[in-house]
Amino acid sequence: MNLSDIQRIAEEENEFQRAYKYRINVCCSSGCIPFGAFKVLKAFEDAVKELGVENICKVARTGCVGTCSIGPAVLVDPGEYLYQCVTPENVREIVQGHIVSGVPVTKYLYNNSGYFRKQRRLVLRNAGKIDPTRVQDYISVGGYFALAKCLSTMTPQGVIQEITNSGLRGRGGAGFSVGQKWGLVARAHNTPKYIVANLDEGDPGIFANRTLAEADPHAIIEGMIIASYAIDAQKGYIYIRSEYPLAIEALQKAIAQAKSMNLLGDNILGTQHKFDLELRFGAGAFVAGEETAILMSVEGRRAQPRPRPPYPANQGLWGKPTLIQNVETLANVPLIILNGGTWFKGFGLPNCTGTKCFSLTGNINNPGLIEVPMGITLREIVYDIGGGIPSGKKFKAVLVGGPSGGCLPESVLDAQIDYDSLKRVGAIMGSGGIVVLNEDSCMVDTARYFTDFCIEESCGKCTPCRAGLARVKDIFDKIATGEGELNDVDILEKVSEYIINASLCGLGQTAPNPILTTLRYFREEYIEHIVDKKCRAGICFKKEHKGDE
Amino acid sequence: MTTEDIRRAQLERVLKKNNYQKSALLEILHSAQEIYGYLDQNLLVDIAGSLNLPPSHVYGVVTFYSYFKMRKPGQHIVTACLGTACYVKGVKQIIEAIEEEFNLKVGGSTADGKLSLSLTRCIGACAMAPAVVLDDQVIGKATKEIVIERIRNVLAGERDESV
Repeated sequence: MNLSDIQRIAEEENEFQRAYKYRINVCCSSGCIPFGAFKVLKAFEDAVKELGVENICKVARTGCVGTCSIGPAVLVDPGEYLYQCVTPENVREIVQGHIVSGVPVTKYLYNNSGYFRKQRRLVLRNAGKIDPTRVQDYISVGGYFALAKCLSTMTPQGVIQEITNSGLRGRGGAGFSVGQKWGLVARAHNTPKYIVANLDEGDPGIFANRTLAEADPHAIIEGMIIASYAIDAQKGYIYIRSEYPLAIEALQKAIAQAKSMNLLGDNILGTQHKFDLELRFGAGAFVAGEETAILMSVEGRRAQPRPRPPYPANQGLWGKPTLIQNVETLANVPLIILNGGTWFKGFGLPNCTGTKCFSLTGNINNPGLIEVPMGITLREIVYDIGGGIPSGKKFKAVLVGGPSGGCLPESVLDAQIDYDSLKRVGAIMGSGGIVVLNEDSCMVDTARYFTDFCIEESCGKCTPCRAGLARVKDIFDKIATGEGELNDVDILEKVSEYIINASLCGLGQTAPNPILTTLRYFREEYIEHIVDKKCRAGICFKKEHKGDE
Repeated sequence: MTTEDIRRAQLERVLKKNNYQKSALLEILHSAQEIYGYLDQNLLVDIAGSLNLPPSHVYGVVTFYSYFKMRKPGQHIVTACLGTACYVKGVKQIIEAIEEEFNLKVGGSTADGKLSLSLTRCIGACAMAPAVVLDDQVIGKATKEIVIERIRNVLAGERDESV
């Protein structure tokens, strides 16, 4: 295989697809399957045969379209007609109307142009449009062209230069410059070098990485191979949560295909470069997403973080230089190589380029997987894309960044999505989760929920995190059962500060964020709980109520 | 061959496939749990011996990760998702309803060993929160009525046809 072979496959595949006038994409991702996506897929396959249109209409199994609230979702091309909540019963009617008669069946269409208008799909460029189980589909939309370009026309330094130019920053949360990181690993003297792709999306309420892997696994793999060429690594691991069976299956299949096509292994595309890729499974530990902990876990040990320096770029897996990168970051790489860093800079903000994927969930009209340009405001995400709060309820807060993020009120909804702005208002980018809360949520209870999560997930190594969080929990238990005192609020603040300052890893350093932001923006609710023994959402003090009855 | 022999042979194949690498411990434990249903102490000692690792190391790893189970689970397993979206949308009430209806506690099983209830930290099905998993089937937009009915059906031995 070489560049011309890839071009040939792309041409053949495109010709094959052009023979079909219509293409029906049935979303078969984790969001739509529980609502019967496979049955819908089967029904479409049967219906096009029965109605005799199988020669002009291709039915394909694809990944996530992004609109997880209207599953099973079906996208019909040309024209990107999106059908919502399709059932096997109305499939025949859709095929009869849209394909046979050529008139879209409007009553089943999803009418919500707002959901997509402010989105910008770079990472999710192929999600919902290609069949993730067919490498030909990926190649037909330009897949592996970037890899071929790197190997045939660019030096490793040139690749790193292009990535640096693009201004791409790590999407796993910390936002470190990707080009700079690659340069560090490339310059490290020790060999062999490793790459670890982080797909340990342990934050509750977040599924952006999973959906990417389910919908477009080859984009992640191509990004990894390009990175391996740039830093001269010969072995890589994708560390994935074992709770994601569909994503695991998609990646396993994609890796096998890439190996059989000589895109992985020795002499990739006929060059000297060799790179091998394996999956490693997590086992339910949130802290394993931390960059030194993930290394421990890949080595088959307890995922306990260790102090840095030495940084993984110099001493990572088995003490060798290791590049750790979130999968979303890696999926950006092929685009940057193909179109250039300058092109990429055209998206987002000058100091924060490109886009970010978020899973948008909670009490919101249009939950789903979204991708937005950096610099968009939270208000635009909640109201323009998310469609606001359902059932006439009032907005209360938005949680950005998972259990280590912040709970932000209405007053800061105009904050922009970029690493620094989010930090200023008390949240973090995290791995990309936005959960919207309405007036039925109690902010004290929410902070308590996240504290419980962090206690469960603390690895127990650092005393401030282990014991400090337990102390915080005691106070929350007091407040939620009506035993709270006014100086508890000060103690919460003080202990939070200790935990942040004295913990080794990101988990401890960010665990108090929900506490501090709820104290900063919703202090009156704490006071109400303590002084008036009142929970305006009616969540706390439940036990007392039961006792009264 | 007894069931035990067959399982041991399966485990041996997994060990061999991973070249008895110490670093593949997590993968091996995953497979072992799939084969045996759970990881009891003797099994851990056995795996430790095969990989030439101290049993304490293997035990430490198993207890660190919440996915690994050291107790025999019930015949059917219902797992409630405790992710943020599910929490916000009231999964707690569903959990309480299951506990009450089937007389068991989170982390435990019913007296007849037919059903066990566990919690998980987010299965990533947040757009259809609250989510409950019943024997590998995800029940999205769950209510306590739906979940209890589905559990009853499964316990009664009916195949779950609703998905």
